Amino acid sequence: MKRMNLEEYKGVYIYAQQVDNELSGIAFELIGKGKELAKDLNTEVTAVLLGHNVKALADQLAEYGADKVIVVDDKELETYRTEPYAHALSCVINEYKPEIMLVGATAIGRDLGPTVSARVKTGLTADCTLLEIGDFPLNPVPGKEQKHNQLLMTRPAFGGNTIATIACPDNRPQMATVRPGVMQKLEPVKGAKAEVIEYNPGFAVNNKYVEIINIIKQAKTTENIMDAKILVSGGRGVGSAENFQMLRDLADALGGTVSCSRAVVENGWLPVDLQVGQTGKTVRPTLYFAIGISGAIQHVAGMEESDIVIAINKDEDAPIFDVADYGIVGDLNKIIPALTAQIKAEVGK
Amino acid sequence: MKIVVCIKQVPDTKGGVKFNPDGTLDRAAMLAIMNPDDKAGLEAALRIKEQTGAEVTVVTMGLPKAEEALREALAMGADKAVLVTDRVLGGADTWATSITVAGAIRNMEYDLIISGRQAIDGDTAQVGPQIAEHLGIPVISYAEDIKVEGDSVIVKRQYEDRYHEVKAKMPCLITALSELNVPRYMTPGGIFDAYDEKEVIVWGRKDLKDVDDSDLGLAGSPTKIAKASDKVRKGAGEKVTLDASESVTYIMDKLKEKHVI
Repeated sequence: MKRMNLEEYKGVYIYAQQVDNELSGIAFELIGKGKELAKDLNTEVTAVLLGHNVKALADQLAEYGADKVIVVDDKELETYRTEPYAHALSCVINEYKPEIMLVGATAIGRDLGPTVSARVKTGLTADCTLLEIGDFPLNPVPGKEQKHNQLLMTRPAFGGNTIATIACPDNRPQMATVRPGVMQKLEPVKGAKAEVIEYNPGFAVNNKYVEIINIIKQAKTTENIMDAKILVSGGRGVGSAENFQMLRDLADALGGTVSCSRAVVENGWLPVDLQVGQTGKTVRPTLYFAIGISGAIQHVAGMEESDIVIAINKDEDAPIFDVADYGIVGDLNKIIPALTAQIKAEVGK
Repeated sequence: MKIVVCIKQVPDTKGGVKFNPDGTLDRAAMLAIMNPDDKAGLEAALRIKEQTGAEVTVVTMGLPKAEEALREALAMGADKAVLVTDRVLGGADTWATSITVAGAIRNMEYDLIISGRQAIDGDTAQVGPQIAEHLGIPVISYAEDIKVEGDSVIVKRQYEDRYHEVKAKMPCLITALSELNVPRYMTPGGIFDAYDEKEVIVWGRKDLKDVDDSDLGLAGSPTKIAKASDKVRKGAGEKVTLDASESVTYIMDKLKEKHVI
């Protein structure tokens, strides 16, 4: 790779994803994380907003902590397409030279990020779950320069079975896509303002512009439990098909999906595509509720890589407690409805 | 019409990942398979071949052992296979990998390139779009459906809450989701052909076109691993016995602590 003058690159930039002129949650999460990194680097957070008629969204980005907002507003950016968006973001990077560029690991960001990183000739680390400022190499190595103030990007690989921390010491910007729902957004400050910079690199239609023939919005029809970030999983202890309504209500309150153990499928309470375990699906959600599931090894094999496991079971010797981060010995019929009500109250605040 | 399909050989994680007694990943105990998204991409290419008589070439970068995945692709019905393997290519990140594969594809004729969206070992989804960028052609990621119409492709492109029906002029690159189709099995005749009739062409560094040495392998990779570890299996956490309302408070505290709500 070509040598870059790294000193020219300053500031933490985040891609403020919007769809239908509405900011995605990941934009605020990235600002929240960006502020922490910017503090360590003694610099500012700039949100890059691409779209058409989107300038009004800058205030919202300011309320969530953005110090500056660069807006590229153009008719070509009305709906996401790889080329005009990659052109816009690459031009912003080449013009303003950020040292860090964060993008959400969404269906848009995982297309935009790789294309832009290849275009501006830098590295990209995918699907990060932890970002921090530190040294590279982590510990001094004789005869090798240890660089300070590097972005250290940690990500799971191999379906979450391994974790790696990655640096991009010789190229700028240091780019990462960040998994949605992992970083924390700040409390918005009403009325906060950011410096808004309008910039347009010009858009010349070329062979890479594709045509959108149709846009079909859909409510998720088939729930894929392997993609769910939150799973509310029930076992034989739930007692009946009807009782699964309690789990559905809890899942709805959390924005999650219902899944189950093999016993539930065998009893005909739920279909097999919702089954977790060795003969079902392997899942790795951020949060897994195991409700009335005893935790046979075949079930555990399918869910043990979940980030957080909360188990509720009336049998205190249930093996599920051996893999649960938080185990509650108690009556699910009383706990679940009350929990759902509490969550609704909290989220509604 | 000529289609190039990019594939990768990966360790199989289905039916449970195997661990060593110390909790680290037991890679030797897992089978090597063709990456599932790539296999769906190959199947899509073979279906286009059936309709249009297209020629399908599979390409992979990897260790010599990756020939197995190419033979499988030939047995499924691919016409040609190219293995890009060279010591100087080892340790490549997605930048160096995409530079390498693009360098190989520059020496092929193509109208359409299909890759899997992502591989089950790295899960990055970066190499497909980066190959397109290096070749200067459009990319359509996350394809749920692919149709060829004259000199264009029409692709159903998946997003979280919608899909776009997108039309692109060829040449272009499409990244395939495993939801695209159910890949066919190899046939006995196909397996016979794959080993006796068809050959795997082996390319090295010298067969890559318009590629700079400084962009290859570990040295050419802008991202560097600072630390890597196999995730140690977690043991039991806390276990509490509480009445219903205390339980709710306990769970709510944990959900807030972990930023779930």
